[in-house]
Amino acid sequence: MPTILVEVMPKAELLDPQGKAVSGALTRLGKSEFTDVRIGKRFELTVDGPITDAIRADVQHIADEILSNSVIEDVVAITYPEAE
Amino acid sequence: MRIGVITFPGSLDERDAQRAIRIAGAEPVALWHGEHDLHGVDALVLPGGFSYGDYLRAGAIASVSPIMAEVIDAANKGMPVLGICNGFQMLTEAHLLPGGLIRNDHGRFIRRDQVLRVENVDTAWTNEFTANDEIIIPLKNGEGGFIASEAELDRLEGEGRVVFRYLGRNPNGSLRDIAGITNERGNVVGLMPHPEHAVEPGFGPDTADAMRSGTDGLTLFTSAIQALAAV
Repeated sequence: MPTILVEVMPKAELLDPQGKAVSGALTRLGKSEFTDVRIGKRFELTVDGPITDAIRADVQHIADEILSNSVIEDVVAITYPEAE
Repeated sequence: MRIGVITFPGSLDERDAQRAIRIAGAEPVALWHGEHDLHGVDALVLPGGFSYGDYLRAGAIASVSPIMAEVIDAANKGMPVLGICNGFQMLTEAHLLPGGLIRNDHGRFIRRDQVLRVENVDTAWTNEFTANDEIIIPLKNGEGGFIASEAELDRLEGEGRVVFRYLGRNPNGSLRDIAGITNERGNVVGLMPHPEHAVEPGFGPDTADAMRSGTDGLTLFTSAIQALAAV
């Protein structure tokens, strides 16, 4: 069952309060070499059959329209399993 | 006059919204997200809460609920639609309003009695205010930071579509202190603060006059009734 990965990140120019909180925790732990942390999302979409062109088109559509909101986020990667 | 309030899984404030509608003088109608039926209502309220646990993004899954097809259709035909807090988030996710709402810049949930300036009194939900009225209604959100591109913000400002603006300290990092906006036609309004919690003396926000005496939120609902009566 092939699993397709979709990765979404908050837009680079927007403040990421979650990442900022984690960054603050790292600093408190003495891990000051990490100057920034940003948190995004990874979706794993599983399909039963082979990945067809129609499925690829669907993945692109739902990545753009449902899994992300282009006002606040960017789809940074869509990764397909290696061709069998 | 019948005003529908849609309940989504995780809605919190639908009963308060129904009560506000009743106090304003209209009949509230409980609607369910899973139906394709608006039951003939004259206006709609999308209430606050945490629909679908705010999974994916606040309001995102609710914005593709079955009933949203009818909501979008009705909104595009001019029906008054008010989105409060989570309802505002749904309206942006459904592209009925521009922009988006992200986690508060300070990273924490905030609840306070919020002073707002009413800047557009031509919408279906604000026609009984006077321009630049300052009102107090409760604010409570974790993801209330309004954002849009600079071009979109300039367009909203230029077209007078900023309906409510935060006064005093910005509570959530909203760009240009925007608390609520409207669509081009003025029938769809979304705002983060909660007018339905400021409709009855004794149960509203604190004001300079007395504790819990604020009823400024009621005017949004009486405005909708006025807008419907004028049709």
